[in-house]
Amino acid sequence: MHKARHNPLNSIAAHAALLTWTAIALFPVVVILINSFKTRKAIFREPLALPSADSFSLVGYQTVMRQGDFFLYFQNSMIVTVVSLAFILLFGAMAAFALSEYRFRGNALMGLYLALGIMIPIRIGTVAILDLMVQTGLVNTLMALILVYTAQGLPLAVFILSEFMRQVSDDLKNAGRIDGLSEYRIFFRLVLPLVRPAMATVAVFNMIPIWNDLWFPLILAPGEATKTLTLGSQVFIGQFVTDWNAVLSALSLAILPVLILYVIFSRQLIRGITSGAVK
Amino acid sequence: MTALKLENVQKSFGDIHVLKDIDLEVAEREFIVFVGPSGCGKSTLLRVIAGLEDASGGRVMIGGRDVTRTPPAKRGISMVFQSYALYPHLDVEGNMALGLRQAGEERKVIAERIATAASMLSLEPYLKRRPAELSGGQRQRVAIGRAIVRKPDLFLFDEPLSNLDAALRMATRVEIARLHRELGACMVYVTHDQTEAMTLADRIVVLRDGRIEQVGSPMELYNDPANQFVAGFLGSPSMNFLAAGPLGAPGEVLGIRPEHLGVVAQGPLRGRISHVERLGGDTNLLVTTPQDETVTVRLFGQHDHRMGTEIALDFDRARALSFDAAGKRLRP
Repeated sequence: MHKARHNPLNSIAAHAALLTWTAIALFPVVVILINSFKTRKAIFREPLALPSADSFSLVGYQTVMRQGDFFLYFQNSMIVTVVSLAFILLFGAMAAFALSEYRFRGNALMGLYLALGIMIPIRIGTVAILDLMVQTGLVNTLMALILVYTAQGLPLAVFILSEFMRQVSDDLKNAGRIDGLSEYRIFFRLVLPLVRPAMATVAVFNMIPIWNDLWFPLILAPGEATKTLTLGSQVFIGQFVTDWNAVLSALSLAILPVLILYVIFSRQLIRGITSGAVK
Repeated sequence: MTALKLENVQKSFGDIHVLKDIDLEVAEREFIVFVGPSGCGKSTLLRVIAGLEDASGGRVMIGGRDVTRTPPAKRGISMVFQSYALYPHLDVEGNMALGLRQAGEERKVIAERIATAASMLSLEPYLKRRPAELSGGQRQRVAIGRAIVRKPDLFLFDEPLSNLDAALRMATRVEIARLHRELGACMVYVTHDQTEAMTLADRIVVLRDGRIEQVGSPMELYNDPANQFVAGFLGSPSMNFLAAGPLGAPGEVLGIRPEHLGVVAQGPLRGRISHVERLGGDTNLLVTTPQDETVTVRLFGQHDHRMGTEIALDFDRARALSFDAAGKRLRP
């Protein structure tokens, strides 16, 4: 049955389109990767060539390892990203549960207020945020970044998760109540596992902007001890001289953790994106 | 002793009054069915009894105890839902055990109760399966098992058969009736299906627009309804309502059950057969009168009536019911 309706031309066209798109999307990443393994001269002579025996060099990686506290930056980025994501998912899911499950005065208004955050970029408030951080003494701490990123991620998280939580069967939650489960157990044991695909979607959408962000680390935590990877890589870019080997190597290394996190979430992510379409 | 007592129960969501002045007493071991059209408040009433919704006014007593402010788990009830509502992450055994574990029962007691319930519902082969690996009928049996193991004072059923196909519905209906006899517990059952109500209930409570219209045994309601709504809601095919005047009967509307009509050579009603339903055991005729009223006639056995023929009908005057303009029953 499947075969009878299958038109090979359609399949070829679809694959061609997808392959083209993949090539375009991967191109910059591949260029960064191959050039990170070449000598400085080879990078400029033939940027698109693969590293050969002649042009192969690990000098960029060596500079990165020697220069500054690259591992510390790495660790800072990791802490900020993971803790922010954890906070966004936890608090976002709790707020979403409250909004979708309980009837209270101002429920709709509260939802709207939270959704407003999706439309207003948090960077508009940078001056006020910096002022706040200075007064609370949080400048040059990772906590400053975590708080800002959590605030930045919550609106979308609440919006997406509350939509998914509305779809969780009321009967199931009520069955839990009759069996004597507390509201917290109902939330953690019954509802959260059922909205796992939505949680993965929210995690991936938030993870990459946080990992890549340069703005807030530069303003709120530029100190040596709290530099993130993106900010740390900037030392190799100078006004007059840029150490391209080191920049490309640093960027190549920076891709890895995001890639690993993505693989963890991706199975759930695909289910989250398609669940609306096929059910 | 009464198993359940509702005193002047009210429920409103904002300005909308869903339940108005509900008073009801249910005896121990009684099987009571709430029935009514959708939106009549029957499910809300069940949820108020369960404690899933707070009553806006009035009192709910279960087993002589005032539980109006008691959380659901402490009311001594268990509930079976239309969508089964099994915990997807637990196997059948875990589903049945959760409530007992939560109440702090001993392991041995839990295991015994699960074994008893599983044998009553022939669920033994499935104890280690997850809900996703069961069919609809099996899932509903697990949901019933989960209710049984708690040994509640009161069972609540919220349209438990609506998601099953016709054959399973019949089988499960019989099973619920059997469980009621074996357990001897009080059961409150919500349905919109009048067949379920008639076949299961000791007493039926007919609800409309958040009010109780009438309470009584199935045959009381069928033979002696208090008003036109109850008369029309119970019985399938439903009762015929005809203008009373031309038939020489008192009141505004005359109600005649389809089985109390018969085809005759000369009669007070005339009409053309517009449709024939042959069910084997019964034959239903839909007859359109010259006044454009449709009359359903239920004939027992098989009859060879053709569509489009003119026929005359007569009815059993002693069993016809009269109603006034507001739909209230007029008794002779």
